[in-house]
Amino acid sequence: MKITFDWLKDHLNTNLNEEKLIEQLTNIGLEVEGIEKLSAGNELFKVAQIIKIKKHPNADRLNVCEVDIGEKKSKKVVCGADNAREGLITIYAPPGAIIPKTKTKLVIAKIRGITSYGMLCSESELNLSDESDGIIELLSSKYKKIIGKSYFSQSNLNLIDLSITPNRPDCLGVRGIARDLAASGFGMLKKIKEKKNKSKIKQNLNVIINKEKTQGCSAFGSCYISNVKNTESPQWLKDKLVSIGQKPISAIVDITNYVMFDINRPLHAYDADKIEKGIIVRNSKLGEQFTALDNKNYKLDSGMCVISDNKGVLGLGGIIGGIRSGTEFNTKNVLLEAAYFNPRSIRTTAKKLNLDTDAKFRFERGIDPLSIEDGLNKAASLIKEICGGEISKIDMQKIGVYKNKNIKFDPHLFEKITGFKIPNIEMLKILEDLGFKIKKDRKHLKLTVPPWRPDILQEVDIIEELVRISGYEKIKIIDPIKERTKSTLTKSQKLFHFLQRAIASKGYLEAITWSFTDSKYNDYFKDKNKEIKIINPISSELGVLRNSIFSNLIMYLSKNLNRGFRDLSIFEIGPIFTGSNPGEQSIVICGLSAGKKHRLSWIDKERNIDVFDIKRDVIQTLVEAGYNSYKFFIDNETPNYYHPGKSGRLFLNKEKDKVAAYFGEIHPNIKKKIDIKTESLVGFEIFLDNLKLPKKTLNSQKTKFVVSDYQKSERDFAFIINKDVSSQDLINAVSNVDQDLISNIKVFDVYEGENIPQHQKSIAINVTIRSSEKTLNDNDLEKINKLIIETVENKTGAKIRS
Amino acid sequence: MSDLKKIKDEFFSKLKGKLNLSEINQIKSDLFGKSGLISSQFKKIASISEKERKKFASDLNIIKDELQQLINYKINEIQNSEINEKLEKEKIDVTLPERDFVRGKIHPVSQTIDQISSIFSEIGFSIEEGPDVENEYNNFTALNTPDNHPARDMHDTFYLDEKKEKLLRTHTSPVQIRTMLKDKPPFKIIAPGRTYRSDSDQTHSPMFHQVEGLHIDKDINMGHLKGCLNYFIKEFFEVDKIKMRFRPSHFPFTEPSAEVDIGYEIKNEKIIIGEGDQWLEILGCGMVHPNVLKNVKVDPMKFQGYAFGIGIDRLAMLKYGINDLRAFFDCDYRWLNHFGFDPLDVPTNYRGLSR
Repeated sequence: MKITFDWLKDHLNTNLNEEKLIEQLTNIGLEVEGIEKLSAGNELFKVAQIIKIKKHPNADRLNVCEVDIGEKKSKKVVCGADNAREGLITIYAPPGAIIPKTKTKLVIAKIRGITSYGMLCSESELNLSDESDGIIELLSSKYKKIIGKSYFSQSNLNLIDLSITPNRPDCLGVRGIARDLAASGFGMLKKIKEKKNKSKIKQNLNVIINKEKTQGCSAFGSCYISNVKNTESPQWLKDKLVSIGQKPISAIVDITNYVMFDINRPLHAYDADKIEKGIIVRNSKLGEQFTALDNKNYKLDSGMCVISDNKGVLGLGGIIGGIRSGTEFNTKNVLLEAAYFNPRSIRTTAKKLNLDTDAKFRFERGIDPLSIEDGLNKAASLIKEICGGEISKIDMQKIGVYKNKNIKFDPHLFEKITGFKIPNIEMLKILEDLGFKIKKDRKHLKLTVPPWRPDILQEVDIIEELVRISGYEKIKIIDPIKERTKSTLTKSQKLFHFLQRAIASKGYLEAITWSFTDSKYNDYFKDKNKEIKIINPISSELGVLRNSIFSNLIMYLSKNLNRGFRDLSIFEIGPIFTGSNPGEQSIVICGLSAGKKHRLSWIDKERNIDVFDIKRDVIQTLVEAGYNSYKFFIDNETPNYYHPGKSGRLFLNKEKDKVAAYFGEIHPNIKKKIDIKTESLVGFEIFLDNLKLPKKTLNSQKTKFVVSDYQKSERDFAFIINKDVSSQDLINAVSNVDQDLISNIKVFDVYEGENIPQHQKSIAINVTIRSSEKTLNDNDLEKINKLIIETVENKTGAKIRS
Repeated sequence: MSDLKKIKDEFFSKLKGKLNLSEINQIKSDLFGKSGLISSQFKKIASISEKERKKFASDLNIIKDELQQLINYKINEIQNSEINEKLEKEKIDVTLPERDFVRGKIHPVSQTIDQISSIFSEIGFSIEEGPDVENEYNNFTALNTPDNHPARDMHDTFYLDEKKEKLLRTHTSPVQIRTMLKDKPPFKIIAPGRTYRSDSDQTHSPMFHQVEGLHIDKDINMGHLKGCLNYFIKEFFEVDKIKMRFRPSHFPFTEPSAEVDIGYEIKNEKIIIGEGDQWLEILGCGMVHPNVLKNVKVDPMKFQGYAFGIGIDRLAMLKYGINDLRAFFDCDYRWLNHFGFDPLDVPTNYRGLSR
């Protein structure tokens, strides 16, 4: 909502200045979004006449104009407008002027070899309208006399742009704003001199509101004005509209707009002679069409509230009128409409047709249902004043009656909610100033809500009015008490934070990417999940919810590689989605590592990042988080985006209940398709929701500290074993031989090739044996050795290498 | 000259020369070997007259000690110089680079969330979460934002079905609903998380982060709200004093509602919070609307309290001087390195939020 202080003063007596005004508007909840200097440099734009025109010697589409700007010498201006012609009166902007639309400063410039001193302006360049075809054409009769004078009338006004919250339709008119300001002590609200309609002429055009199940219109007031002479608006009215950024059209249209902005009463003016017989307010039929004032043709659904005549739809009630019945300069007889439309009906229709107008914006928020007659009278008398003619009596059609809203308000509630007190007398004054009617009983205030406040429904709304006008700065600060009765984080939240920092500490940079992604990328990583489409994505590249974090992460990794970084590790912790219902999501920590270790190192040997690097990161992180790596179980069943031979699936224990993590090389096909340029690309996913949370705290998990002081022995074994038997099986077999005696097993060599049969491999392990009861003698050790070899050979089919 | 003196003089002068270890050992055995010079003198003792025996023995012992000391000293000297020589040979250029190390970083949004959690933890808030995909009821209707109400225009919503029943939450406020439906009052929670709106430009990202706050008890009023936010802002920006302004506003789920501005100024191209006469909007808040409480089966006659919603990304931008919101989600390696935090930098109450 745009206003000027000047216009406010039509409704408000005040001595305070604009600076104070702006502060006060914000203080009472009418947020000032911006302040624009209306007239800065405006005096530079002059009424001017083209006296001579020549084709530009070097450009077909340009003309060189001699322009009379009221000075002795004419100015030479290069102009490309088609409508530039000798004798045309238009608007001239000199060098130094700032064009309102583009905010650019004009300079003397050579255009294709001809120097141009300034410019001739179009309406759109001056922000007068959207019209950008050709330069402005001013009426010769009016402007001939003032060539050389400034086009804009002078004022030092600022345009104040307010952000009116959707609960305050009353402040979509200047008077409503003035009322709020007056209530807050910023001046006195002026009384409106009511324009009485003393006409004895009947409104002869028949108006009917059809009784329908869902009738969007509940009241339709109309006034007939005959024998008018529609003209341009007088200067004061034009200035008024221009001052808030509106474009003057004709007196009748301007008057309806003026009344709307002034008292928030939308009106519509019909050329009465174009209405066939009478007006019927009814629901539209499927497929009905009409051309609206925006020159667009609309095809209607059934059930939209339309104003129609015998021939068909005249307009969409409360949203937009139609071309067929619009007023023009030659309009003789006018029918003025002021109606009440149901906000929901307006909103549904406008949304379906994707239409937004000033009237719609107001009706969908709720217009004062009792403002019909005031609005009609105000507009009709202005029309009579400016365009002449005879005004009829008002015809009022209604279905249903407006009932006053009454609220019983307990003044004590104010302190209970706000924490501070205001005197009763102040309360009463505020409410009265806002238009409430008040009756007091012993404990309560019985309030009648003014009809322009559809937002006020219950006691708490009254409290808001009181605290808003009284001032939020009066709310006292009550310092919070530092005490904690409940732990801040749950166990799973603690795990989230721990894993996040554990992974970062292994050299990964944390990224945050969007929860949606490109379906093309998502396809690579969705595995068995189904795609979840967003119905209205901002772009097709962000059209689906991610089934995996990899899709975004790999895209950004690739971007970074293209920036010239070669060895990168990034991770993200966040949601992935398995369905479109709330809760069908889980938290994953997903990382990618690319490139080499020890690139260009003088001391270490350079090598590609590999699966065992990323496996270490996963295992170490889980161990740090408190999970026992001896219980981990790994197999190679992984989703199809991993290299099938170089990836693993990890469970926290052998029971394989839920997958704790995947790790491995990204499938070479995906690397190729994405065209990612790196020597090696490995990744992992840890599924937080699948990690069992320990019942005990880490503290109570710590067992008694026991160590064995008896000597340990180490023994090496080399087994030849089938290639497809995993080292995990071999190690398990060994450790199960005697869990008390075998304290550590290390794989120190894996070998295939010469001297080893085909399809077999050699695994060499080092086993630490130690008893907690005694020092083992040779005999004991020999026994264990034998048992280890026997067990491994039996369980895994391995053979000890002699 | 006695024999002893002769031996002493001879060997002292011998030992003063430059000798290697084997030469010294030769000397050692010449003197103290089985038939060494000193050893043979000791054998003489018995045959010396009683009168002279005592002095002879004493002189011999002194000479023996002196020679031994000198020999030990020489051996030591040689060993030291050999070690030094060896160490000298082992010398390396320690200014050569160390082995590679990599440093991970925590995203500034994560760090900010941890800071926020730490601050609110101190005054008794615990952390709740909710899903990113919400139903229309929790996101709007239960929050007193009925279908077909203009207030919904303030949220450009991403939908997941044609009926517009499933959506990406446009704010963290549905966590209020979930929390209150799940438990019984009092409630004192914050809920940080991802939120989504379908606009995208320099200052808007289709995904951003909010933290919701909710405190419901028997007598929680706007003074508590002001106190809580005043405390939070001061702690968060780590300043002693802030300028804060409550401005009336409108949110369907709070009544009365307020927007909160903080005072700032720009000094040397840096934003200083808490000084100056510029205002910056940082959050929305208000007293939870009775309709919302009714929707979650909390009796508004018995319980009341406040809620707030803060843009996390915006707070991080202010605190760390980050200009472009979009950069948060662009994953530029350089940016992440520049604005990221060391994983060991965990914000805590006792150590402070930042180093």
